[in-house]
Amino acid sequence: MTATADHEVGRARTRKEDARLVTGQTSWTDNIMLPGLAQVAFLRSPHAHARITSVNLDAARTAPGVIAVFAGADVAAEQGSLPCAWPVTEDIVIPNHPPMAVETVRYAGEIVAAVVARDRYAAADALELIDVEYEPLPPVLDMPAALEPGSPKVHAEGNKSYTWSLANGDLDAAFADAPVVIERTYRQQRLIPEAMEPRAVVVAPVADEFTMWSSTQIPHVLKVMLALVTGIPEHKLRVIAPDVGGGFGSKLQVTAEEVLALILARRLGRPVKWTESRTEGNAAVHHGRDQIQKIRIAADADGTLRGLDVDLLADMGAYLMIVTPGVPLLGAFMFNAIYKMAAYRFNCTGVFTTKTPTDAYRGAGRPEATYAIEHIMDDLAFHLGLDPLEVRERNWIKHEEFPYTTISGLTYDTGNYEAATALAKDLFQYEELRKEQSERNAASAQVRLGLGVSTYTEMCGLAPSRVLGSLRYAAGGWEHAAIRMLPTGMVEVITGSSAHGQGHETAWSQIVADELGVPFEDVRVLHGDTAISHKGMDTYGSRSLVVGGTALVSACGKVREKARVIAAAMMEVAPTDLEWADGRWAVRGDPDQGKTIGEIAFATFAAHDLPDGVEPSLDCDATIDPDNFSYPHGTHLCAVEVDTETGWVKIRSYVAVDDIGNVINPLIVDGQLHGGIVQGIAQALFEEAAYDDSGNLVTASLADYLIPSAADVPSFTLARTQTPSTLNPLGVKGVGEAGTIASTPAVVNAIVDALRPFGVTDVAMPCTPERVWRAINNALPSPGETPPLQPPAQNQVDGGGAA
Amino acid sequence: MKITLTIDGVRYDDDVEPRLLLVHYLREHAGRTGTPIGCDTSNCGACTVLLNGKSVKSCSVLAVQADGASVTTIQGLAAGNGSGEDGWHPLQKAFHEEHGLQCGYCTPGMILAAVDLLNENPNPTEEQVRDGLEGNLCRCTGYQNIVRAVLKAAGSTTGAGVQA
Repeated sequence: MTATADHEVGRARTRKEDARLVTGQTSWTDNIMLPGLAQVAFLRSPHAHARITSVNLDAARTAPGVIAVFAGADVAAEQGSLPCAWPVTEDIVIPNHPPMAVETVRYAGEIVAAVVARDRYAAADALELIDVEYEPLPPVLDMPAALEPGSPKVHAEGNKSYTWSLANGDLDAAFADAPVVIERTYRQQRLIPEAMEPRAVVVAPVADEFTMWSSTQIPHVLKVMLALVTGIPEHKLRVIAPDVGGGFGSKLQVTAEEVLALILARRLGRPVKWTESRTEGNAAVHHGRDQIQKIRIAADADGTLRGLDVDLLADMGAYLMIVTPGVPLLGAFMFNAIYKMAAYRFNCTGVFTTKTPTDAYRGAGRPEATYAIEHIMDDLAFHLGLDPLEVRERNWIKHEEFPYTTISGLTYDTGNYEAATALAKDLFQYEELRKEQSERNAASAQVRLGLGVSTYTEMCGLAPSRVLGSLRYAAGGWEHAAIRMLPTGMVEVITGSSAHGQGHETAWSQIVADELGVPFEDVRVLHGDTAISHKGMDTYGSRSLVVGGTALVSACGKVREKARVIAAAMMEVAPTDLEWADGRWAVRGDPDQGKTIGEIAFATFAAHDLPDGVEPSLDCDATIDPDNFSYPHGTHLCAVEVDTETGWVKIRSYVAVDDIGNVINPLIVDGQLHGGIVQGIAQALFEEAAYDDSGNLVTASLADYLIPSAADVPSFTLARTQTPSTLNPLGVKGVGEAGTIASTPAVVNAIVDALRPFGVTDVAMPCTPERVWRAINNALPSPGETPPLQPPAQNQVDGGGAA
Repeated sequence: MKITLTIDGVRYDDDVEPRLLLVHYLREHAGRTGTPIGCDTSNCGACTVLLNGKSVKSCSVLAVQADGASVTTIQGLAAGNGSGEDGWHPLQKAFHEEHGLQCGYCTPGMILAAVDLLNENPNPTEEQVRDGLEGNLCRCTGYQNIVRAVLKAAGSTTGAGVQA
């Protein structure tokens, strides 16, 4: 589907959403005011791990403006346990997770009491008057130590949640006589998603029915889960996600605050609002990443991969939230990436610690996997004295080999890694930069140049329900769309996807304009309100367009077929005499005779002359379950300058060539990539959720947790190759996470590439100036030693490997 | 304490607690919810407004400090009622045309910070724009299109500075 003057799909349409967003006419959850609305504030544990010995609410209850105050014991009978929807193994440990702690707190930031007051100032004042006494328990902060037999326990069941494995091929044979074995341990630091809009929730009870507005990515899933957790019948619940200020996975959650707001509103019979402060959110919004990755590859002397062995420790934090244990599994299928090999083994152990729970964060499992494989491919290239792109080319799936079933069992439909890489090299001026790098190295320049490579792929379009079921995920991966044809020819589109910045209203309008032959302006997209969009699986995992867009195309097709019968009656011909051409039903061989969907809609509204048995409605809906994931890929190249005296890293240039299949709106696609790339750079250079020895989050505010500003990042050069997906009618693959997945390894590989002459093989993320400086200085030889300027000889086991 | 101030051209006389933040006054007393709150340490800039024509983070100003002042929020930036693109400020247009926003939460603050930036420096370089917007965080756009939007608006804002 290419863009022509007549096609909406492919056009760089400016967004419909912008009109309210640039003028402040927005509907953020915290904007909502209702008569009698009370403000909720939560008291949170200052301890990582402690027993609650007493809670005194008396002073708070009599404070001015206070309506009610609750501790965990007050809501224990009705609060239930926050859900984990992904019990990845039969014997997984899923601890009870009360929204408000009753006896024990297991991370700093866990809720221990709630105040409901007339306004937020009165609520905050009353929090100060609550007296909670704790008996501190030992924090559990280090994953390997947590698995030792003598470790203090986060839960009575122990600190291991599960071990999940995947294996294919004869790994022992692959490693047994391998000429090259490389083993590395990488650390995926803990990250905080930091959507710009802090979470907020409003609940309005009317009789026994409840409307919840929440800053959520998943209004539909949330509604089902709230019914299951609280026992409120599902049909008495309505969930609205109004304008939502970013998510990145952090609002793919059923939160303690949502459940408690619902319970408090029910208890008090009045509407309540809770609005998060950023400092509160840094401790309480689920975190992302936090894995220790032990990875081992076996290769032939020419760099051909033989086998891959991955052993992960994944920090669950204190509890399992909605998909916490499943996040590493999404990476399990991606460690082998774009490469062919004979054997693969993946092992992951989920570990409890006394930290904020982890869960999905942009990319969810796939950035971790991509980082590890792309880093170790660079290590392999260095070991063999090969260019990093050369060693990749020797191993990647050739474009003529698609469809290709990988060692982890996924079948990639299409791809062209050669084309994306060739274009990226050209735009990047790869050879010229390599030359400059050699010159700087030869001159022992203070500022070195490093080139980083990331040839990523990912699995998007979550997900085939059958696959999710086989992985023990509780729900399906389908999506829903509906078309309401209005009498005047205008179109209302209802989607089960729930946008929070992605631009669905614009992209969906473009698709429908083409599918129904109506102007872009005549389409209105409705989403995020379960009373309007009654079914859906919401937005995450780069699924909206791939799955939701497919449902939309299907619904439009049904509308056209219904319209065909009515159009035939209007023109007094047989339906089979009509063809859909130029956006209307026309008589085959007599193109002057035709009816637009708008004309047919009005005739359907009047319903005067419909054929017998034909209902007076063009409205249709469709629910689509995908057969497979989709597989975007691309080549990202990053050039960094590293000041070896100060450790300062500057990104000099960055080229991203992505193949996301067909493009609905290039403006939106570029925006997704820009933002995604910066979020990946943020992991590489700036961000880390750090805890002190007592288990307190020391990066509790935006003053301490460094998310990059405009001054910290460059502009990027973007280009695309286009290999349409064969798995959906739009030929699309998804783009929401591509930038984040690709850029972290590109940046770190560039830094390590700059520092290889000093003997550096890794710099732990985030690569702060101090860490870069230490990496250089720790790797420097003692006086008298020869610096390791050359790669080690071939056939030598590198990295203390266990060949 | 009694305060009198003008918000987006409308005069407000009120009696407020001395500790009330300007941003809470705007949102909860004056109903100007176009100005959002993104943090509690004045790092993010989402709540940026113009106070007597200069950009300030309204979370770090007390309502009583705005006594006698004129405040322009994102809702007062466009000519007319803001419902049609024709009346939009050049920066509002440029953010829309250059896709300088995604979720839009940082956008009011980003645009008002850019208004001040262009009033100070009508023809900035890319680097000056990036440095000038350092106090406003965005998590969606990667800043590239924000910078592009400000540079585009710079060409068309001469004489269009906001005199709030």
